[in-house]
Amino acid sequence: MNLEKVIFGFFIVLAATLNFGFFIGDIDRPELHHVYELAAALVVSLIATALKFGDRTQIGAIHLSTSLVADLQLIAAAITWAVAVHVTGEGMTPSVMSSVVSLSGGALFANIVSVIILIIETVMLRR
Amino acid sequence: MNSAFFLVLRRMRAPIIALIAIYAISVIGLTLVPGVDAEGQPAPPLSFFHAFYFISYTATTIGFGEIPGAFSDAQRMWVTFCIYLTVIGWSYSVVTLIGLLQDKGFQNTLTTGRFARRVLRLKEPFYIVCGAGETGNLICRTFDRTGHAFVVLEKDELRVEELDLLDFKTDIPALAADARLPDNLLLAGLTHPKCRGVLAVTNDEQANLAIAIAVRLLNPKVPVIARVRTDAVAANMASFGTDHVINPFERFAEYLALAVAAPERFRLIELLTSLPETPIPEPHRPPRGQWILCGFGRFGHAVARHLQPTGITLTIIDPSAPDANQAVPGDGTEARTLVAAGIASAAGIIAGTDNDVNNLSIAVTAAELRPDLFVVLRQNHAANSPLFEAYHADFAMVPSQIVAQESIAVLTTPLLAEFLRALRERDESWCLALVERLQGVNGGLTPAVSSLHFTASDAPATHRALLRGTPITLGQLMRDGTDRSQPLAALTLLVERQGRHFVLPDEDFRLDIGDRLLIASGLAARRNLEFTVDNANELDYVLTGRTGSGNWLSQLLAPRRSGRQGAA
Repeated sequence: MNLEKVIFGFFIVLAATLNFGFFIGDIDRPELHHVYELAAALVVSLIATALKFGDRTQIGAIHLSTSLVADLQLIAAAITWAVAVHVTGEGMTPSVMSSVVSLSGGALFANIVSVIILIIETVMLRR
Repeated sequence: MNSAFFLVLRRMRAPIIALIAIYAISVIGLTLVPGVDAEGQPAPPLSFFHAFYFISYTATTIGFGEIPGAFSDAQRMWVTFCIYLTVIGWSYSVVTLIGLLQDKGFQNTLTTGRFARRVLRLKEPFYIVCGAGETGNLICRTFDRTGHAFVVLEKDELRVEELDLLDFKTDIPALAADARLPDNLLLAGLTHPKCRGVLAVTNDEQANLAIAIAVRLLNPKVPVIARVRTDAVAANMASFGTDHVINPFERFAEYLALAVAAPERFRLIELLTSLPETPIPEPHRPPRGQWILCGFGRFGHAVARHLQPTGITLTIIDPSAPDANQAVPGDGTEARTLVAAGIASAAGIIAGTDNDVNNLSIAVTAAELRPDLFVVLRQNHAANSPLFEAYHADFAMVPSQIVAQESIAVLTTPLLAEFLRALRERDESWCLALVERLQGVNGGLTPAVSSLHFTASDAPATHRALLRGTPITLGQLMRDGTDRSQPLAALTLLVERQGRHFVLPDEDFRLDIGDRLLIASGLAARRNLEFTVDNANELDYVLTGRTGSGNWLSQLLAPRRSGRQGAA
């Protein structure tokens, strides 16, 4: 068992599960999507990205790109949230909530791809 | 660059994750700690946005004065903790980054990457110079002056830094790396389509051998020129097809023998192969008769082998060589030894030990005993040049100069070898006449010998004119491009046409497509000629005297205008 591999897999799966946790629930109901869940998903996704830095293989490059997509989507969701609450003063109306959740849904898709690559990599492993 | 980038990412992985974690803890903590409003009543904690904003300017120690509102004591307690935490996080990242930048391996990766990119981007034909010692330096300076591009590989980092300090006209790619490793040769562009040759001129004979083998195997099309000291290595190199092996001792001995046997032919060869635009060397007229040779090592042996067939008898002085004339005690630096060797009746002396100071001492002592003696002086280190110039020997042997001259002559003008071969059949008076013409070509300096090939890429304007059937003679082309009434100060030595050689063609020689010319001229005249064969308008002026701009309209009007001029 390789500790590095454990940590790597842990963060990738955790990023996907946290993202899923935030995403699940009716898309336009603010009470079903907590801000801490989004924060946790974003932080774990960033850590997962950093873990993928410096791998020069083809599969490592795809790993990194999926993570970057997830980060981008989650940051966009967080910014949308902050703008709606603090800048426009609109508050978390159903339309704002649904755009935040749909952005996180895009991130979820990228995270799922990341998990699939992780599985493929493991299956391909011969040692 | 790519590998350096990946290296940074890999090394920065831990600090980046630490920073992300520290930020997350600080921000989330701040969103949980209750605040206080203006009346002192408990207020909800900061939102994520405000918390992130506050931590951002605190963590980067920007210390922006604005805060979202006065903090409660609980918030202040948490922020105190956050400040220390984030300072640690940033320090960790910065220290790691600085450590990485100072890392020798990382710097090597950076410079190697930069070097490889510059070599890849080279557009003009270039040479790879392996070794930037005395010889390599001389070669680099000459290449720079004659406008040839080159790349330098040198093991010693200090020497590479010194190269940067020499004021070269162009910024040359140089790498501190061992040229014996094939990877470094490939990095220097050995398989680059524009690579025209490799010069293995390091101080280490084995390294030169390794370079020659690597070039032969990795890119057999590229010529390689190697410097050797011993015959065994020279034979080894020749056995696998090194294009040109230069042993400076052997070469100097040949020259010395030639100077005795055929002084005018030697002078001609000396003029043609000397470094371009250097002062014309004084003629050497070594006398025949009895000579004294001091120092009987590799150099002494080569000299003895070549001089004896010319009818010179040698008295050899060397206390350590077993095959030297042991009847003469000492090493030639004191008068007693020289007198015992028969200096009173000698015609010349060769100071050929491997010690510069001893050589000078021998020469000075000998000159005091016999001021009219012909002195041949061996110089081992270029650093001693001022001493040797001050002494002013009749004939000086500088190994680095011999190697540099010959390798540049062979590499840049392959036709020159053909010409030198054709020279063997000529007599002394022919050589003397040519020497006199060559000395006048470049106003007191040695001419630069270069070749010119009439192809679409090397001489587009001339090529097109010849394709159209315009008759061009040598005399017509060799005119000054700024004033065509003046002939160009250049001498055409040889024309090669489909394997046939025309030595010293005259002015009426008709040029043809595919001709290869060997020209001796100054560097300025060379550039003048290059412009003429390259630019159609210039060529038009040189051939006919028309100074049109060559556009379509003026070409259309040209016959009419000339007709009117004819009428007036």
